[in-house]
Amino acid sequence: MKAVAGGGNGANHPATSSKMLPTGEHKGCRASAVGGKASCGSYAGQGDLPSEVWEKVKNHPCYSEDAHHHYARMHVAVAPACNIQCNYCNRKYDCANESRPGVVSEKISPEQAARKVLAVAENIPQLTVVGIAGPGDALANPVKSFRTFDLIARTAPDIKLCLSTNGLALTDHIDAIVRCKVDHVTITINMIDPEIGAKIYPWIFFNHRRYTGTEASRILADRQLEGLEMLAERGVLCKVNSVMIPGVNDEHLVEVNKAVKSRGAFLHNIMPLISAPEHGTVFGLNGQRGPTAQELKALQDACEGEINMMRHCRQCRADAVGLLGQDRSSEFTAERLMTMELKYDLETRKAYQANVEHQRAAKAAAKQEELMELAGEMSDITLLVAVATKGSGLINQHFGHANEFQVYELSTSGTKFVGHRRVDLYCQAGYGEQDRLAPIIAAIGDCHAVFVAKIGGCPKNSLINAGIEPVDQYAHEFIETSMIAWFKAYLRRVQSGEIQHVTRMAMRDPAMTSVA
Amino acid sequence: MPFKIIASQCTGCSACEPICPNVAIVEKGGIFAIDPKKCTECIGYFDDPQCVEVCPVDDTCVIDVSLPRYKAPG
Repeated sequence: MKAVAGGGNGANHPATSSKMLPTGEHKGCRASAVGGKASCGSYAGQGDLPSEVWEKVKNHPCYSEDAHHHYARMHVAVAPACNIQCNYCNRKYDCANESRPGVVSEKISPEQAARKVLAVAENIPQLTVVGIAGPGDALANPVKSFRTFDLIARTAPDIKLCLSTNGLALTDHIDAIVRCKVDHVTITINMIDPEIGAKIYPWIFFNHRRYTGTEASRILADRQLEGLEMLAERGVLCKVNSVMIPGVNDEHLVEVNKAVKSRGAFLHNIMPLISAPEHGTVFGLNGQRGPTAQELKALQDACEGEINMMRHCRQCRADAVGLLGQDRSSEFTAERLMTMELKYDLETRKAYQANVEHQRAAKAAAKQEELMELAGEMSDITLLVAVATKGSGLINQHFGHANEFQVYELSTSGTKFVGHRRVDLYCQAGYGEQDRLAPIIAAIGDCHAVFVAKIGGCPKNSLINAGIEPVDQYAHEFIETSMIAWFKAYLRRVQSGEIQHVTRMAMRDPAMTSVA
Repeated sequence: MPFKIIASQCTGCSACEPICPNVAIVEKGGIFAIDPKKCTECIGYFDDPQCVEVCPVDDTCVIDVSLPRYKAPG
């Protein structure tokens, strides 16, 4: 690895090195729950977060893990052009059944986008955030992107605006970002070492010409880090996304993490490479694999410190609509929008969201109570459990209807959200098929239990045989409170000798456990 | 010889449209086309033809050999 400690080549840039923030000045959204283990933006733990930052993240599903159970986001695909080429992207690809970044079904104009926001806000009152995430680069389409933000701000003033960029053009648009009150910006930074960058980016288009090789990556990394610093100085919350590419930048991302932390990034989101030959990407075609869920978690754990690691990212499409992990974009096609009568009812939305906040407070209080009881427990057992949920922080999904499971780590320090595992829908037309069950069991094979609202007899037995306890006694109750209650009982059962605690190992077959 | 866009390869991403110094690129039904009367192959503006440089799909913006070569005025 040619990783350069302390910021790499970007740090040598005069504009970037002079303004480095001291490490840890930006504390991110670490919550102060028991043992410092709460995940990003835990409701109970505004803790060391300044109030103005808390106001920005508390109902942003991407910036707060807790908020993602309650609030929805949408992407408007107004930005098709891009100014760089990435080996994990294929611009020709477009499929409605694919859910991953860069994929959209239809591109829309700023005016259509503003209309779509109204329609979604009316139908999904949980909507709090609108982002521009491509399918190209938001800032390679500045006219369309900023016009979209202006239109939305006019008609839906309570909606938070965000954008996602590769950072190449970022420094040119800092003032516009601040003017439009875009207070969340995501920059995708995959490397700070141009030698590594050359394996990820074949070229960039900059200053009216194409650059290739390490020269391209040097320009890109310098401008990304400079843009990040400028935004942090202006008080814009920045999330850094990094695509984990095993054998290319996986070890190097620890250095990237340090570099972005020192420049004021608020949150770091290390995401798994999604790679398959049928996507037609360079990586897909040359057999580059993505990481396993366990490899991803190990890297996220290694990077966790003074900056929070985002673990609830669903790598959604550039036109996704709904709660994370859910996509309702097909309900809001341009054609359907034509026929919808639209009005923006701010009062109803406010009332709905006040109710959501009420529920969140109740959930946080219930969790605190359970945590207090857990505080007396002495045990070094740490284990993972999976949860089937449709949102609202509740165990409210049938095992067979889940297309993903949320995974939490439990210990006497409390609960910690560590990721999600996507699975194919097990229940098709009311019949669970045995051969669909095996991959699900593999996907959550490192978990001791799976919490569900309901589960059929047959999958129940298969899970038990695989050593995973199906738990349906907490149906429609709060996720974290239930997990703590179950964990306490688990410790009791171990102490009494009723059961023996065994460490569950991750399945090593990447095909079975890939998070993609 | 002006440039042309091979329609079957165009993704409609629009990256070429705003950077053409001759405003020669227009959208037609979701994909883009170059007006051969306006294209100067970027001669007099840039060393490299801008549409070729920015296009995400290789060999999509190509010289149209069926047309006479662009001649700079004067």
